[in-house]
Amino acid sequence: MAKVLVFTELTSDHVKSVTLEILGKLTGNDVDVAAIGQVPAGAVAELAKYGAANIHSLKGDNLDKYSPEGYANALKEFIGNGGYDYVFAGATSLAKDLFPRLSGMFDAGMASEVTNFTMDGGTFAGTRPLFSGKCLAKVEIEGPKPHFVTVRPNALGMPENENAAAGNVVDAAANAGEIRAAIKEIIKGASEKLDLTEANIIVSGGRAMKEAANFKILDELADVIGATVGASRAAVDSGYAPHAMQVGQTGKTVAPTLYIACGISGAIQHLAGMRTSKCIVAINTDPDAPIFTKADYGIVGDLFQIVPILTEEFKKIM
Amino acid sequence: MNIFVCIKQVPDTETKITPNGDGTYIETTSIKWIMNPYDEFAVEQALLTKQANSGSTVTVVRVGGVKDTETLRTALAMGADDAILVEADDNLDSFMTAKALKGAIEKSGNSADVIFTGKQAIDDDCLQVPQLLAGMLNLPSVSVVVGCEEAGGKFTLKREIEGGTLEVYEVNSPAIIACNKGINTPRYASLPGIMKAKRKPLAKHSLADVGVADSDRRVKYSNFQLPPEKPPGKKFDAMDEANQASIVAEVVGLLRTEAKAI
Repeated sequence: MAKVLVFTELTSDHVKSVTLEILGKLTGNDVDVAAIGQVPAGAVAELAKYGAANIHSLKGDNLDKYSPEGYANALKEFIGNGGYDYVFAGATSLAKDLFPRLSGMFDAGMASEVTNFTMDGGTFAGTRPLFSGKCLAKVEIEGPKPHFVTVRPNALGMPENENAAAGNVVDAAANAGEIRAAIKEIIKGASEKLDLTEANIIVSGGRAMKEAANFKILDELADVIGATVGASRAAVDSGYAPHAMQVGQTGKTVAPTLYIACGISGAIQHLAGMRTSKCIVAINTDPDAPIFTKADYGIVGDLFQIVPILTEEFKKIM
Repeated sequence: MNIFVCIKQVPDTETKITPNGDGTYIETTSIKWIMNPYDEFAVEQALLTKQANSGSTVTVVRVGGVKDTETLRTALAMGADDAILVEADDNLDSFMTAKALKGAIEKSGNSADVIFTGKQAIDDDCLQVPQLLAGMLNLPSVSVVVGCEEAGGKFTLKREIEGGTLEVYEVNSPAIIACNKGINTPRYASLPGIMKAKRKPLAKHSLADVGVADSDRRVKYSNFQLPPEKPPGKKFDAMDEANQASIVAEVVGLLRTEAKAI
């Protein structure tokens, strides 16, 4: 049994589902949760339901918004005092930036973005994709503790069983220390939807979209099924969509429950970014397009004809 | 300004990846190597920063295998002034790589005013080295940067997070900046640039020279394998308009009942 801390971010009353996914895999260990700021009551209940013994709210000056140094300094002290063997977090934008810096402060190792892991005998062993998912490997961490791990959202799946623990709420004083790189302003993205990396359903468009305005038909489909819209590199490079929407080796790696590829041929770098999607639907006029080799359901047809019918059909059942 | 750029040589994105015999890494003999695509943005941003600050130098640093050093020559041909190669295996972990980069930068005798890197290398996809290096050098860092402006040693940086939201940071030199696509358009090396690059200085060190030992390894990989292939799916011909409605209805039904994806 290992002593484990799971770091979670506070965005609203709800905990990010990746935090609960991680808790589910840690059953049988001594697990605490920590967040910067006050963990809301709703989140406390959820965290306790899935095995959090103590839930720490770290509070201090200059921690109201993220900074790599402030968060790292605050957590360094807390983790050092807590004597943890492992520190986990979901591989979000924040944790991907924060955890390497934090692990380095302990001279410790870190496994990035694992898609599965075990804790046999209290020792971590993980699986992670490399080369954008063209390869998988077993990853283990050596050297000084604590060891740091980030977990890809949606990869583990939600825990099947609840595992209630005490869920004691504990406040801890935290010190942000010197902050040299600080956020002056936040410019909100246009989309109110879930980020591609967290989305359960993704509808993506490729070169065959022909122009940016045509993404409207994907937006309409996405609205009906609660999806986030993505794009292939070809569509991004042609200026039909911004880079933030790109799925693939030089974009985002995604693992949704359902991925609908519209007018995407399936270049190797695109497949690398989405091949672990649980169910893939491909729509393409070319019956020999490589995307069909990865598709659970392939529709050979013109996306401009098929997508609107698909939208109407989903409306009937949603 | 002393400007440093850290680059990595990685397999081309179109390359087929095969695990090696004992599953400890990939087969590297027949791979086409390229500069990590995100590092091209770092090199370009370094050159732009140099142009805006007369008297600056750009030093490009790479840690990795020595099968060829084309990537460093490419950066020199784009306009970097000199290069440092730390000869090492291609499968170092992030901790060793960051420590080697730190050692190489310190050994150069110049203290870095700014260090540009790519946001991640597309081989091991760890996204650790810029932040680790920042920690080791006790420098501030900003990652996934899609906008970079500099005036009088003060950088204004746009970092991209979920949903295309941007965090705008201000940080004074010295700092580490990890670049994402969108920050600039990397230049191509010109023919005169390529000719000049051949005569530019390229220092070579061993890992031991820069203070890295086997005991610095923190992450161990084994059992490299190809991901499991999916069984073939179902394919429907919907080129004929007459069939489209029934085929789409069937697929939606299958998504609900068979795949349980919706």
